[in-house]
Amino acid sequence: MSVSGNLREPALAKRHRIGQLFEWLCCGSTWFGMVVLALLLLSIGWKAMAWPTPDADAVDRAAATKTDAKVAASLSPRPLSARFLTSYDSRIPQKAGIKAALWGSLWLLVFVAITTVPVGVGAAVYLEEYSNEGRWKRIIQVNLSNLAGVPSIVYGILGLTVFVRMFGLFGHDGKVLDLNLGFAMLSLPLPFERSVISGALTLSLLVLPTVIVSAQEALRAVPSSIRNASYALGATQWQTIRHQVLPAAMPGIMTGVILSLSRAMGETAPLIMIGALTYLAKCPGKIDGVAAVWEHPTRLLEAPFDVFTSLPIQIFNWVSRAQPEYDHLAAAGIMVLLVVLMVMNTAAILIRNRFQRRTQW
Amino acid sequence: MSVAQTSPSILVKQPNSLTRRFSWTRAREQVIRLALFLCGALSLLTTAGIIVVLFNEAIYSFSGTAFFQTVSITDFLFDTVWAPQHPDKPRFGILPLLCGTFVIAGLGGVIGLPIGLASAIYLSEYAKPKMRRIVKPTLEILAGIPTVVYGYFALVFVTPYVLRPIFQTCLGINVDIFNALSAGIVVGVMIIPTVCSLSEDALRAVPRGLREAGYALGSTKYDVSLKVVVPAALSGILASFLLAIARAIGETMAVTIAAGQQPRLTLNPFRGMETMTAYIVNISLGDTEAGSMEYKSLYAVALSLFVITLSMNVLAQWVLKRFREVYE
Amino acid sequence: MTIMQSFSELMHQRQQRETVKRSRPVETETDVSKLEVSNLNFFYGEKQALFDVSMTVPERSVTAFIGPSGCGKSTFLRTLNRMNDIIEGTRLTGKVTLEGQDIYADDVDVVALRKRVGMVFQKSTPFPKSIFENVAYGPKIAGQRNQKELQGIVEQSLKRAALWEEVKDRMQDSALALSGGQQQRLCIARALATNPDVLLMDEPASALDPASTARIEDLIFELKQNYTIVIVTHNMQQAARISDWTAFFFQGYLIEKDRTQKLFTTPKKKQTEDYITGRFG
Repeated sequence: MSVSGNLREPALAKRHRIGQLFEWLCCGSTWFGMVVLALLLLSIGWKAMAWPTPDADAVDRAAATKTDAKVAASLSPRPLSARFLTSYDSRIPQKAGIKAALWGSLWLLVFVAITTVPVGVGAAVYLEEYSNEGRWKRIIQVNLSNLAGVPSIVYGILGLTVFVRMFGLFGHDGKVLDLNLGFAMLSLPLPFERSVISGALTLSLLVLPTVIVSAQEALRAVPSSIRNASYALGATQWQTIRHQVLPAAMPGIMTGVILSLSRAMGETAPLIMIGALTYLAKCPGKIDGVAAVWEHPTRLLEAPFDVFTSLPIQIFNWVSRAQPEYDHLAAAGIMVLLVVLMVMNTAAILIRNRFQRRTQW
Repeated sequence: MSVAQTSPSILVKQPNSLTRRFSWTRAREQVIRLALFLCGALSLLTTAGIIVVLFNEAIYSFSGTAFFQTVSITDFLFDTVWAPQHPDKPRFGILPLLCGTFVIAGLGGVIGLPIGLASAIYLSEYAKPKMRRIVKPTLEILAGIPTVVYGYFALVFVTPYVLRPIFQTCLGINVDIFNALSAGIVVGVMIIPTVCSLSEDALRAVPRGLREAGYALGSTKYDVSLKVVVPAALSGILASFLLAIARAIGETMAVTIAAGQQPRLTLNPFRGMETMTAYIVNISLGDTEAGSMEYKSLYAVALSLFVITLSMNVLAQWVLKRFREVYE
Repeated sequence: MTIMQSFSELMHQRQQRETVKRSRPVETETDVSKLEVSNLNFFYGEKQALFDVSMTVPERSVTAFIGPSGCGKSTFLRTLNRMNDIIEGTRLTGKVTLEGQDIYADDVDVVALRKRVGMVFQKSTPFPKSIFENVAYGPKIAGQRNQKELQGIVEQSLKRAALWEEVKDRMQDSALALSGGQQQRLCIARALATNPDVLLMDEPASALDPASTARIEDLIFELKQNYTIVIVTHNMQQAARISDWTAFFFQGYLIEKDRTQKLFTTPKKKQTEDYITGRFG
């Protein structure tokens, strides 16, 4: 029998075995990421749910200080608990919480959104809709992809020099500009020092390239027939963009913005650079709830220029402390951070899916 | 062709002028256009800002002395000791920091690049749509986890529960609590999503005809994947590798937490090391006075980091452009 | 029956219809030229798409452009309201005048031009908004803020586009929910709402079923009492049914333009005859 006529060649069997092995290898690699993710969540969740078992010394110490029932009741039974969310950082791990960090992150989020959305969308509109200046477009586009690759810590250095210190232009102690807004006085410190506004501006520069690129994609997905139809009705370019293109691209833009904001939420290094890592037992502007805003509305103007901490900063702070209890606090903080990020990402995905279903031109 | 001689005048509209006149609408158009251009130009300003800031403190200061006006560039590049805090004789040899950076990025690459590429091949060539629907979001989650979390995972889980039992208990190798290997492992995990999604895009861009031609020549799926599709997508894969390594080099929090703070010129992955990024973080944690040598060294290290990552990014883009196979 | 005879038949039917339709004794068609084009050359980058085209478009009439695909008829249509400006790398020489004004002069406001020369596209392009918002869009961007006025304009435009009866109870519904033919009439209403004098139509019925096509054709017939209409069509029967003038384009050249009846029954050029008798194209 001729070899070429045999469809069950022994040499082929070997090749198929290699192929099978290769497929398993690739499949295993794919699962690797998922396994690590599961391990990570499990180990951190496990740490967040219980305090370390006290060693003999600690038990002795507790006995020696004769902890009375009242003090014991004020300590959290678990690192991750309701009171973890509502208390400030503390020297006693069982009393520590992330209130200041939550409010700090919220302020950062608001200011990053306020600055990046108009600028990012504006830049994307310029690049996609007013692109007849071919050379500018090319330069900015190349620059954007390079900026996206710059390590975040370098942005931290930029923020430190430009926003926190303002090149040292205002001397060693800085200046305070008092602006009368009519209804309230705004004290504007120059330079911005280690304030919410410094952190937010730094993070804005960091996420702008991603916001711009995703907004560009959303704009590109708007069919040009919509633009032509609007122009044919005598609309100007801006009217076309404002009334037709932007509304159509909005869901896509929002998805990109939320994903970028969630990246900003998790950024640590640039904020450390601008000096946000301090022991802090207050919220920016002393605003710790709606009631505080209601009673002292002018604090809203103070908050942006106040010192702050944020969720990842607080986590890093706890990680770098020696006592094992702080490891568990950090785990609890990570769980909160991951839940917040998960909520943001889910929102982004929901918007994207709804958009995809609706868009049939 | 007939030309108008008579016309029922009641039906003829008075011709409206088409001539451009000043209008607020037009003025607003121009203002908006300028504003949008400025938004776009802000990214150029950011780049300029980064370069000016680093240049001013590191190379040539417009007010005072810059880092390299005090420390010679040969000392910086070839001295083997990094001891900026030494009270009498500070030394600024960046080699230990470079060594830490590249050992960790290298370990990360050894772990992350093959796994990322293999996942990309699996997703693009083998996986069923249902599998893709599970894996893709998982990878997105993996990519969205803040790096400080990875650092914590390395320090609190990988070192005590994986590395120490294997290497210290079984093999008798001393593993520092802060070590380069744990940092390298989590950096590897961190770059998997980058490599996977970019490589997968490149693999999927290979036209079906090429695969079919491979099968028609009697190739197995393995032959087609590894010998037809991967070579055809090589430029995209290479670019994804370069971008991932650049990311590993610029990675900060995980290596700061997991690898420690001792600048050490060693290749032993079980010892603690300090990377360039970790040094920058550690300096800014302390109360360093602006204008001191230590403070300026921050900018010198940041400049080196910026130059390295930028050149890798530019190289990646060049590879993409230069070796792109154009299909269709 | 030869093809030429069939066209004659068509013309006859049409005349009958015309007399029925025109209940008013006003003879709308005039010989005043609305648009005049002279020596127009048009380029996409290096490639020349139109060669030395000259023609006049008479006011209050329907002028149809016919020709095989790629002959430049759509490109020519788009030069009449400068829609080609949007495409990068295009270039034009020659002159186009609207009521004597050169529309390519340096000081012409394109936006003002497009308000007077409306356009309807081959694929209906309703904005993803309500029916009302679609029609009100043009007047709104032109600065009309008075809600009452807007409602009046919308109603009138929809009536002129013969769509009012079908949509008057669901003005706030999404325009995307309308059928294809309704969408196209909505686009016509939308174009009418800006009160143009000239209406350009780029194969407005090519994507529609025969019934919807008939409605659009009737509509065009109505509209020519008040508007100058230029229509591109790949369907010769359609051109014969609705237009007063027909221009035949071939490979970027205007081969022949004449009264529709004449062009279809006694074409002067060989190429025209070949095309309308179906020998090519």
